[in-house]
Amino acid sequence: MSSSHPLLQLERLNKAFGKTVAVDDVSLEIAGGEFFALLGPSGCGKSTLMRLIAGFDTPDSGRILIDGRDVSADPPHKRPVNMMFQSYALFPHMNVAANIGFALKRRGEAAGVIASRVRDMLRLVRMEGFEERRPDSLSGGQKARVALARALAGEPKLLLLDEPLSALDRKLREEIQFELMQVQRDLGLSFLVVTHDQQEAIAMASRMALLREGAVAQVASPRQLYERPASRWVARFIGEANLLEARVRQVEACSVTLDVDGVMHSVEEAYHGLEPGAAVALCVRPERMVLHRERPLSGNVLSGEIVEIVYLGASVSWRVRCDNGLLVRVVSQSAIVEDGPVRGARVFVSYTPEAALVLRQ
Amino acid sequence: MRPRGALALRFVLAAPLLWLLAFFVAPFAIVLKLSFSRAVTAQPPYEPTFTFADGLSGLIESGRQFTTESYALLFSDWLYLDAYVSSLRIAGLATLIALLIGYPLALAMSRAPPNWRARLIVLAIAPFWTSFLVRVYAWIVILKNEGLLNHALLGMGIISEPLQIFATEGAVLIGLVYAYLPFTVLPIFNALEKQDDALVEAALDLGATRVSAFWTVTFPLSLPGLYAGALLMFIPATGEFVIPDLLGGSGDLMIGRVLWSEFFSNRDWPMASAAACVLLCVLLAPLLLFERAQSREANT
Repeated sequence: MSSSHPLLQLERLNKAFGKTVAVDDVSLEIAGGEFFALLGPSGCGKSTLMRLIAGFDTPDSGRILIDGRDVSADPPHKRPVNMMFQSYALFPHMNVAANIGFALKRRGEAAGVIASRVRDMLRLVRMEGFEERRPDSLSGGQKARVALARALAGEPKLLLLDEPLSALDRKLREEIQFELMQVQRDLGLSFLVVTHDQQEAIAMASRMALLREGAVAQVASPRQLYERPASRWVARFIGEANLLEARVRQVEACSVTLDVDGVMHSVEEAYHGLEPGAAVALCVRPERMVLHRERPLSGNVLSGEIVEIVYLGASVSWRVRCDNGLLVRVVSQSAIVEDGPVRGARVFVSYTPEAALVLRQ
Repeated sequence: MRPRGALALRFVLAAPLLWLLAFFVAPFAIVLKLSFSRAVTAQPPYEPTFTFADGLSGLIESGRQFTTESYALLFSDWLYLDAYVSSLRIAGLATLIALLIGYPLALAMSRAPPNWRARLIVLAIAPFWTSFLVRVYAWIVILKNEGLLNHALLGMGIISEPLQIFATEGAVLIGLVYAYLPFTVLPIFNALEKQDDALVEAALDLGATRVSAFWTVTFPLSLPGLYAGALLMFIPATGEFVIPDLLGGSGDLMIGRVLWSEFFSNRDWPMASAAACVLLCVLLAPLLLFERAQSREANT
């Protein structure tokens, strides 16, 4: 039965607080064993969405199905999901073992069963021997591990992770991130992580939803989201994007010709339903653009002046003000541009017809 | 840097220390000395009195006159022991009732919308704007046989005879609970309010019902506030004089009343002082227990 349903189905969920719409007609499906990320700027509704799934808030309309069962009206303790909280929310008056065993104890499991499960969980998060410790005697990384172990101990069908790494410093963040991915793979469990950190989401998730003002802007794999953003907003939010406003001139089977401030650019890709005259944006990632001292003979070319050079170690970032006033960013590997042009120099920026994407929205 | 910091710290600590010295240690030393004196019909009504008129030998001579008579009487006369026991019993009962009323009140206050909390706190301490005595007198007007309460109950036909509440232990309990309720509510409120909401959500998420989440998480974490509230009420309630004197009957002896009558009616200052010193020792016990519990909490 479970194979015929996605693990989690959100059907047209809506939630408003007073006049503020927090979740706006969201529909999503998450499959079993998936590491799914909800990404968005703060206030985009991603936390509210997670609280709806956990059952801390009830949707104004719409349904939440887990394994095909409608849980919309169920209280949190009846839902087969568990949550790893942003603050970890470890019970300060209980030791690590009691924290991890909490869910099983609520279910009335025998003490021996609980103890062995607690041991297994501690081994899973590499915290053996910490049974008797109190939460306030643990380091940030240890707290995160105990919080993960506690959320997994009750064997949920879906684990919710609310900004699980935000309380950690950078080095520890990478370590715990790696561990989360490993645990997810080992258990084959569905993880749904909420984060505002796109690097985190891109690194961990197999699929992700980008939320904007309560609504889903795009659902895709991290790679698709970066390489094939659905709109100008998505392109700007994920990584960096040079957006050239353009007008469609000619549409052919496998290429489009566009007018960028009087200069013709071509893009090689089939776009269905694109009409000549439509106002669109050309999206080119900074690393797909190339800087030249002399006008290149091929490709789409912009000319301008360097206004800023930032050395970033592995790469160099250039900001070029084009003759039409647009600022574009070009990123090159440091090794290639050792003797690059200086600030104020006249340069040409080019990109190939395959490097650009036409965005209609 | 370090010596200067230490000096500054000494200054900061000096203020409360001086305060304690002037308003607690010194008066207590005087009371302690009084308790070992002998009552006489004179002015002042006790001896020895220290004078430097006879020099050092005179001081030593008067020191020889100290006696434990008052303590001996205190522990041999059932009147005093009864007064202590009934003080502890009444204060304990009143504290229990105040906690049973105060805890739900504090819980409701801590769950109220944030903009309401400040208003509710003001309401909780609003009675302090009126004189304590006036408020106790008001209870006489409410509780006495021809008072407001009996009037209302008779009027509604619930009772046919006026209830004898005034001048009973019941009236003392009502008065104590009323007077000290804010002292129990505020520490509990404080303990509840600073709890992270995510803790209860975590409990719910991990399979607890609302009720079991309260008993496994909210309540245990509020215990320090509950202990503090209980002590803040129990200690002054045990030594309370005004409420048992005004609302209680002649049979409701609490140690505060005994103290008062020893001082002002019998003019037996040493006896009253001895009773006060013993009361202090009795009340130190729950304080020390609380301290121990807190340090144990901090160590684990």
